[in-house]
Amino acid sequence: MTELKQRILPAVQKPARYTGGEWGEIKKDLKDVRVRVAFCFPDTYEIGMSNLGMRILYGVMNEMEGVWCERVFAPWGDMEAAMRQHRLPLWALESQDPIHSFDMIAFTIGYEMSYSNIVNMLNLAGVPIRSRDRQGLKNLVFAGGVCAFNPEPLAEFIDFFSLGEGEEITVEIVSLYDKAKAEGWSKEAFLREAAKIPGVYVPGFYRHEYNPDGTLAAIVPVEGAPKTVTKRIVENLDKAYFPTKMIVPSTEIVHDRANLEVFRGCIRGCRFCQAGFSCRPVRKKSPQVLYRQAVETLTHSGSNEINVSSLSTSDYRGLKELTDMLIPYCESHRVNLSVPSLRADNFSRELMERLQTVRKSGLTFAPEAGTQRLRDVINKNLTEEEILNTCANAFAGGWSNVKLYFMLGLPTETDEDVLGIAELVYKVIQTWKEHAVNKKRGLRVHVATAYFVPKPHTPFQWEKQITPQEYLRRCKLLKSHFYSRSITYDYHGPDLSRLEAVFARGDRRLGPVIEAAVGNGARLDGWDEYFNYSKWYDAFRQCGVDEDFYTTRGYGEEEILPWDTIDVGVSKAFLKRERRRAYEGTITPDCRHGCAGCGANTLLKEVGCDD
Amino acid sequence: MIRALFEKTGNAIYISHLDLMRLFQRAFQRAGLPLTHTQGFNPRPSVSIALPLSLGVESRCELLDFDLAAGSFTDDEILARLNQTLAEGVRVLQVYRDGRKIRELALLDCQVTLEYDAGIPENAVEKITDLFARDDVIVEKKGKNGPMEQNILPMIRRLSIGAGEENCLELRARICCQNPTLNPALLAAAIERYLPEFKPDFVRIRREEIYDAKETIFR
Repeated sequence: MTELKQRILPAVQKPARYTGGEWGEIKKDLKDVRVRVAFCFPDTYEIGMSNLGMRILYGVMNEMEGVWCERVFAPWGDMEAAMRQHRLPLWALESQDPIHSFDMIAFTIGYEMSYSNIVNMLNLAGVPIRSRDRQGLKNLVFAGGVCAFNPEPLAEFIDFFSLGEGEEITVEIVSLYDKAKAEGWSKEAFLREAAKIPGVYVPGFYRHEYNPDGTLAAIVPVEGAPKTVTKRIVENLDKAYFPTKMIVPSTEIVHDRANLEVFRGCIRGCRFCQAGFSCRPVRKKSPQVLYRQAVETLTHSGSNEINVSSLSTSDYRGLKELTDMLIPYCESHRVNLSVPSLRADNFSRELMERLQTVRKSGLTFAPEAGTQRLRDVINKNLTEEEILNTCANAFAGGWSNVKLYFMLGLPTETDEDVLGIAELVYKVIQTWKEHAVNKKRGLRVHVATAYFVPKPHTPFQWEKQITPQEYLRRCKLLKSHFYSRSITYDYHGPDLSRLEAVFARGDRRLGPVIEAAVGNGARLDGWDEYFNYSKWYDAFRQCGVDEDFYTTRGYGEEEILPWDTIDVGVSKAFLKRERRRAYEGTITPDCRHGCAGCGANTLLKEVGCDD
Repeated sequence: MIRALFEKTGNAIYISHLDLMRLFQRAFQRAGLPLTHTQGFNPRPSVSIALPLSLGVESRCELLDFDLAAGSFTDDEILARLNQTLAEGVRVLQVYRDGRKIRELALLDCQVTLEYDAGIPENAVEKITDLFARDDVIVEKKGKNGPMEQNILPMIRRLSIGAGEENCLELRARICCQNPTLNPALLAAAIERYLPEFKPDFVRIRREEIYDAKETIFR
């Protein structure tokens, strides 16, 4: 007779994402395993398997003797319904065992809108969602990823957080667990020891006290916990663990390709960008190491596409050397080489030409703001001239597709800035008229605006988010100035970004809101098919929490911030200085034109910043 | 043209037809077996799989056609290399040249397992045997223009039913698989339509063997 799970699989969409068995999956014999880790990605298989961080840490943990790390993803709605109907608890792909039998449950969290999935996945696993309801070492829940840089909304659910890059700290954490399990420690004893590992943040060791107006009055460390916890980084990326033997999904995922991360951190300092500050300092890999890893990864996976990734790939000093090696290899092996995140400089233009042996994809710019004044405010070092020059070259070379990304609601933005977007778009159209080689094909300009979300650890971490009504007014104002049929203008409704803003700068009082929203049926919030603000609206009302406190209110510079316990290396004084420069409309040159003194270089002991 | 006979079992039955083609393309790449590419704007490795298999159906007799761009590999080498690089549940059984033209493929044997959780209902074998002995068995089939009625009997060459493992009936049939095609799932659908009291709790399907119109095994 066919077992229950096998009976469900034929009835759900894309069943291959629930079965495991892919090429490169790691299976271990349970008699050799002392610690079982369920590594959860709080979104679907297609998203999670596209995440490089998860693949690195999967490899890191499975390299450890006696440790077996398996993958877990959020089920799609049809599968969840079947699981609940048949009381089938959430399982890990490799062994197909329910994760409530695992020692550790890890989450990697890169997006605020996956918070509902974390709670929902624990619930589907049959594991108590709150930290205090999980006794003993079994099912210890920990989490890392960018969202751990303000982990407070999740403080009730997660036993401890691992801050920063995981290659080294994860080994230290799992080794400590191995020891604790062998010696029969209590959960409390384990957490006290874990808190001594640099980069481990145990929210239970901090008491948050509030003023009558709702702002934080104090964050009090208890149990001897340090006042701040500093994120971890890997100093020498050439020597860092990198998995060249990766899992090759048997079903289609979002980014189905080999990945090559050329450096970490960013020299640019765009003032709205959380990654740009929280991933500092800049550390690179050498072209030789990258080339070797590229060849190994491609050979092992059989993939026909490789992606060179970083926050700003044109800033990678070894780019020419690397691409000089990679392009011939990729051509002779029929591999597509994709190099996104290029700036509009001369070398990048040449590189794009050389990559054209493959496919003419569109041209994408993210000017973020419509006027030079506002681009100076946000320190987005991209001029109109650069955009138009690059467009002119591209149009002359036969391109006829341009995507332009902007934000609305940036600090100091006026209607003039909003209309500046329309002006810039018309200049792009004009440039096409002057330079296009084949006008019959027509031009498509795709314009998209996002609703600005202030993020922690950026110079804009104190800023107000504009109201949803004001955001929509600005969208409509802009829309009324687009007349050309070449333009497609997209803007999303404000709800998702508003919620993102709440959780990005949220505090511990949001834990019950997440729980209530999940109770109301919120999950897979990053998906249009599922996102429904009313479930969250009701949850806020049920918990007596006002969204505006976290969004339109703005935070005072003297206020204690929920994420003050977390040190990402960039000092608060620097962020304040950058904020003032933003208001003056003064740009801060990139790190290579002079160190702006952000402080992240102090995280380095062996090498210099950006050496 | 080189042909591989392969099986798709276990969890691999949930890999869709398109995904399976990609899976093979990568497996060839990993195995160091360079496939020829299609001509055109966006060259793709050319592999083709005869008779797309429905999701959830197991098979012992799938055919994959391909050509290698370079190198001289024996059939056994190709088989060995592929089996070292394929995902769980996909296994090559035989590699050979000069296979017959796919359009001569006409029939296949399938095994449809009917699972009854509360035990096999009384008289089920007789009733189901009688059903397929009627003059016509009309089943609703999903067509391009919505559902349509179809008599499936002319597409069944032979059919037998008997007890299988515990609480299961095994229905074995030789059916048309090309011009026209009978989806074996419709055999179970017919039981459900005419004999609702014998509706199984779960149906499992497996392709066993393929034949030409003269019922000679097709390779």
